[in-house]
Amino acid sequence: MTAAAASALVERDFAVPDIRCAGCIAKLEQGLVRDKRIAAARVNFTEKRVHVSCASDAEMPDLLGAFATLGFEAHPIGTGADEASAEAETTRELLRAVAVSGFAMMNIMLLSVSVWSGATGATRDLFHWLSAMIALPTVAYAGRPFFRSAWRALRHRRTNMDVPISIGVLLVSVMSLYETATHGAHAYFDGAVMLLFFLLCGRWLDSVMRDRARGGVTALLRNMGTGAMVYRHERSTHWVDATALEPGMVMLVAAGERLAADGVVAGGSSSIDLSLLTGESAPQTVRLGDAVHAGTLNLDAPIRVRVTAAGADTAIADIARLMGEAAQGKSRYVRIADRAARLYAPAVHTLALLAFAGWMIAGAGWHQSLLIAAAVLIITCPCALGLAVPAAQIVAAGSLMRGGVLIKDGSALERLSEVDLALVDKTGTLTLGRPEAHGLDRLDIGIKSLILALAQASRHPLSEALTRGLQVYDVRPADIRSIRETPGFGVEGHWSDRTVTLGRPIGTELGDALVTQLAVDGRPVATIRFADQLRPDAAEAIEALRGEGIGAMILSGDRAEAVAPVARELGIMAQTAMSPHDKLEAIARQAALGHKVLMIGDGLNDGPALAAGHASMAPGSASDVGKNAADCIFLGDRLMPVVETIRMARRTQAIVRQNFMLAIFYNVIAVPLAFLGLVTPLVAAIAMSGSSLLVVGNALRLKAAIR
Amino acid sequence: MNGLILLIPVALGLGLLGLAAFFWSLRQGQFEDLDGAALRIFVEDDQDQPS
Repeated sequence: MTAAAASALVERDFAVPDIRCAGCIAKLEQGLVRDKRIAAARVNFTEKRVHVSCASDAEMPDLLGAFATLGFEAHPIGTGADEASAEAETTRELLRAVAVSGFAMMNIMLLSVSVWSGATGATRDLFHWLSAMIALPTVAYAGRPFFRSAWRALRHRRTNMDVPISIGVLLVSVMSLYETATHGAHAYFDGAVMLLFFLLCGRWLDSVMRDRARGGVTALLRNMGTGAMVYRHERSTHWVDATALEPGMVMLVAAGERLAADGVVAGGSSSIDLSLLTGESAPQTVRLGDAVHAGTLNLDAPIRVRVTAAGADTAIADIARLMGEAAQGKSRYVRIADRAARLYAPAVHTLALLAFAGWMIAGAGWHQSLLIAAAVLIITCPCALGLAVPAAQIVAAGSLMRGGVLIKDGSALERLSEVDLALVDKTGTLTLGRPEAHGLDRLDIGIKSLILALAQASRHPLSEALTRGLQVYDVRPADIRSIRETPGFGVEGHWSDRTVTLGRPIGTELGDALVTQLAVDGRPVATIRFADQLRPDAAEAIEALRGEGIGAMILSGDRAEAVAPVARELGIMAQTAMSPHDKLEAIARQAALGHKVLMIGDGLNDGPALAAGHASMAPGSASDVGKNAADCIFLGDRLMPVVETIRMARRTQAIVRQNFMLAIFYNVIAVPLAFLGLVTPLVAAIAMSGSSLLVVGNALRLKAAIR
Repeated sequence: MNGLILLIPVALGLGLLGLAAFFWSLRQGQFEDLDGAALRIFVEDDQDQPS
């Protein structure tokens, strides 16, 4: 602490995906500050982030080491979070406006009810003045989101839904003030504030939905290696941040480390997990002179890599660019609420204008004509319309979330309901994306306990698969001493005077890494094969998709031999060995044929395709890039949630359409009444809140729709 | 009427108090990490803060 206080403090953010419980929070916050270089640490559980204030001379590896000693894997997050915090600020501003208008609405209603129940004379005037005192500041404060947007539209000589709202609220406020000053019988302050409240609720729900999708760029940075040990001389190395790496440098990449830049192997050999980049699940062997890519994981042994491209020139950065471009195409999608607003705004203006003109011609005088026009504006209250979409979507998103599906954006549900062709990645999407051991049940109990003891000691993916697979059988690990791991070969240990090894089979190619062998004193005892298994309900889900009128096709980066059995088993077509670019083109081709494509994938290589699809889904086990590019994420091993989500999306669209019909029906009844000058504040208040509650109630029907 | 002169300011004042409390908690960042807040009650915090 003293050392940290002496030098200037810098703020750093880390993503720590392993934060799971209160214990983790306590361990991190109390454990990190024990490090001399760290002054303060604060966990944000919702976003799985840790904010650290540390001494400016604390180097990144030291900080990551501090996390590691507590048992957490941390990834530094770049400064790309500004955009996300701006969005969060919008949500906060809306929430403040909702609170203010809600407070004002309740108090004005209290006063209004007294007026309606028969207060007259001085009492009525007093209540009207009190209402005005509450309403006017509220309109000025809570109306800003609408006024701002309306003003922007008007300045560009366009109109949107916010224009009639703003005019209506302002006109009604001014008219009511005039009424109050001239001891009139009716004031519409309650209507104006209630309108704001209901509309703000809709806006806020919408904004909350959108807030969930953020930080795509920071996630990408997380997948890159954050830096590397670079050789200064022949024998000494020092840490260089990924941003400072340059072509020509030689990095030392340890086993289990992600590469921070593209390069060629300049020493050593190892196998590399390319699944992030290509979707290929079997590790690839690399030797001297082979090209390796940033973001991929070195599995077996330390290698030296001469950097050929760093930062923005790497293959992973290229994918990020493709993704950005693809996502831009999708942002042109016009949401159903916006389409409704386009029709709505001119219609309301015309009606109000007609009412004003009509009553003027009928000789009612400008005061009464204006009052009626204002009543028309406020009774055609778009609050039912404004709530129709977000209310249905937030209820649907909530019930999907309980079913294990996370929806990032309201428009995702709209787009999901329209899809008619599913393009599915194989590895990690149709399959579980993790090797599963075969034939464990045939091994006898002694061998099982040997394997478990050895496998537990290693963090190699195959060892982890074995540990997972053996947990089912209730075996105890054998008593094996002095276990050590040789990268690239396996785990070795001593078991009552014998040497036992678990690892690469003797005399087999390194590339065939999905087999492991247990040997006692160098003699093979058991061979275990691994395979990436299909999700348990893959066939059922594909069938159900067909039942919904959605065809399916596999788009895989994997080799044809690896894809063919899966395609045969599911009875669908497949395209293989596709690069991210190929997938993007395949989607564009289908879109040109008039299909609305649902892209389902998980890897970084699917990122651009996920961003380009009309809608997209990723499993919870997907790479961060995949999760960020996708519109929604389904958790767990089953594939059925995909179908359930589509059904839910369609049901949501049906409810949204019903809500629009309700809103229109309400207007058809209410507008003529207002037009004829029959609407008193009481009628307006009842009609308005009634229609909003009806719409919200209808949306709540979606709550029970998923088990 | 006399009752109203007392009661209306009281009602408004209490409402404003609630509103102010909400704003204060919003600015203190109490709505930033709702899931975390639910878990923090389990965190034992009996040691004094290092100053």
